[in-house]
Amino acid sequence: MNNLTYTVRELSFGYGQSDILNGLNLTFEPGKLHAIVGPNGSGKSTLLDIMAGHRTPTSGTVLINETAVEDHTPSQLAQLTAMVPQEFNFNFPFTVVDAVLMGRHPHIPRFSRPSNDDATIVKSAMKTMDIINLADRPLSELSGGEKQRTVVARALAQTTPGLLLDEPTSSMDIRHALAAMTELRRLAHAANHTIIVVLHDLNLAAAFCDTMVILKNGRLHTQGTAAETLTTETLEDVFGVHAQITEKTDSSGLVITYDSKETT
Amino acid sequence: MTAPSRTNARTGLMIALLALGLGILAVITTGMGFISIAPGDVLAVLWESVCGVAGSVDALHQSVILEVRLPRILTSVSVGFGLAVAGTVFQGLLLNPLADPFTLGVSSGAAFGAALALLLGLTFFGPTTLCLMAFLGAVITLFAVIAMSGRDGELSPTNLILSGVIVSAILSAGISFIKYMADERVAAIVFWLMGSFVSRTWTDALLTAGTSLAGFAICLYYARDLNIMSLGARSAKSLGVDTGRVRLILLLTASLISAVCVSVSGIIGFVGLIIPHLMRFVVGPDNRWLLPASGLGGAMLLLCADTTSRAILPNEVPIGVLTALIGGPIFCWIFTRTRSGRRYE
Repeated sequence: MNNLTYTVRELSFGYGQSDILNGLNLTFEPGKLHAIVGPNGSGKSTLLDIMAGHRTPTSGTVLINETAVEDHTPSQLAQLTAMVPQEFNFNFPFTVVDAVLMGRHPHIPRFSRPSNDDATIVKSAMKTMDIINLADRPLSELSGGEKQRTVVARALAQTTPGLLLDEPTSSMDIRHALAAMTELRRLAHAANHTIIVVLHDLNLAAAFCDTMVILKNGRLHTQGTAAETLTTETLEDVFGVHAQITEKTDSSGLVITYDSKETT
Repeated sequence: MTAPSRTNARTGLMIALLALGLGILAVITTGMGFISIAPGDVLAVLWESVCGVAGSVDALHQSVILEVRLPRILTSVSVGFGLAVAGTVFQGLLLNPLADPFTLGVSSGAAFGAALALLLGLTFFGPTTLCLMAFLGAVITLFAVIAMSGRDGELSPTNLILSGVIVSAILSAGISFIKYMADERVAAIVFWLMGSFVSRTWTDALLTAGTSLAGFAICLYYARDLNIMSLGARSAKSLGVDTGRVRLILLLTASLISAVCVSVSGIIGFVGLIIPHLMRFVVGPDNRWLLPASGLGGAMLLLCADTTSRAILPNEVPIGVLTALIGGPIFCWIFTRTRSGRRYE
């Protein structure tokens, strides 16, 4: 299966009285890099979690092509969707190469050794995220950004047609963040993968992503291309900030600058 | 990518050496004791009993080895193996290098059951009553802890540890109360709590060996899933591990190994906590290698401790005390050495 469309249908999720997501309807098509943005607590991570099958929605459903997420076995799901969570837990001194090799887990039968193909895929994922020189370092010794690069490399090594990333670049330096986003865009455009990334950096989202989904209080606020969605009014309404949105001098995209003095 | 296979070969060799070391140690320690028997004679006795030839060997040696020493040695080896394997699994499952086979209260449950049996002088199944009561206590505690932490459908590590700590605290208070009530029987309770392999039978040996080996096989089957789960349940799920099922299976397996070991030998701490750490220094964190290495290491440590108590010291000393006295300094030495030099490899 190479093309994969996620359909979010009437999706709601909540704990007790409080609603995190409220009747969301969204479609994420293959061949595009999709951004999900929104303020803290707007339900971005919860949405990603439900799409990855980690949480069960209160009502509504998420379809992968025609089949609901919960109708897949864990190992089927792991061949379709890879996930980079926001937090990870490295209590044991596995090496970086061990960790990236774990991305091949859904493809390697129990008690089998990794094949040469697996080794090639792992190596190329590590090269993309620039962690070849860290290969034999224990995870417990890595910096935050290095850990993030390792986890992104592991998701890339999983070679799934769908990829969900929750703030994957939040601890990376700008060079590695740009490299990661460039690779994600390349995978979407060249390999026709469906890639959804939650971002806080609106400039990064505007520069790389084909579509934007803006969430506010668990509801869809605006949806469309960066040029369509990122307006002064939207940013004020959603984030409560004053921003200037200008076109780059070579008109290749938008630049958002924030007014630091006033906030509403 | 030639590096991993080279590491695998080296780690495999390490485990083979540990197994060989355990074998040699077992033969030597079988010869040690009130009646000293040369390793060659020990091997001759074993060989004859395996082949069923009647014999040329000393009849006294034969009965000392086969009826007295071997069951005890096999029990201590199996218990050490089982506790260390269980400890490795708990550390991975609970994402916590400080977890051990007793974190979930299995030991407190067993201790409470045994203390109760000793206090009330229960003997409805003869001498095995104590063992049964301890096992019952351990299993009831385990299910109470799992029921408490499974309310939200996820046996999350935090829930499990918290439930285990609370249940243990309640049971410890109960044990203290029993000791207070026990008057002259308090010595028997205290001695049981500190663990011992004195006069273990073939039944004990076969029971612990069977449980430890079967449990080990199950844990090894899920070793790769455990690797992934030890780096967090959410990542594990997206990598296709059925975390709920694997966690429950491993939890039950490791707890039942611990429960059987504790029922037979009393509470022996330290092995399940320290041996997995020690072996992580030696073979690394990959559970496919760490489980066998820990098992063998735990077996060697308990065999040494029990032999010291049985054959070297003038009087039998509780095994729990000796394990820490022998294993502690070894751990300190390796810990400081790896810290300054190679670190975790």
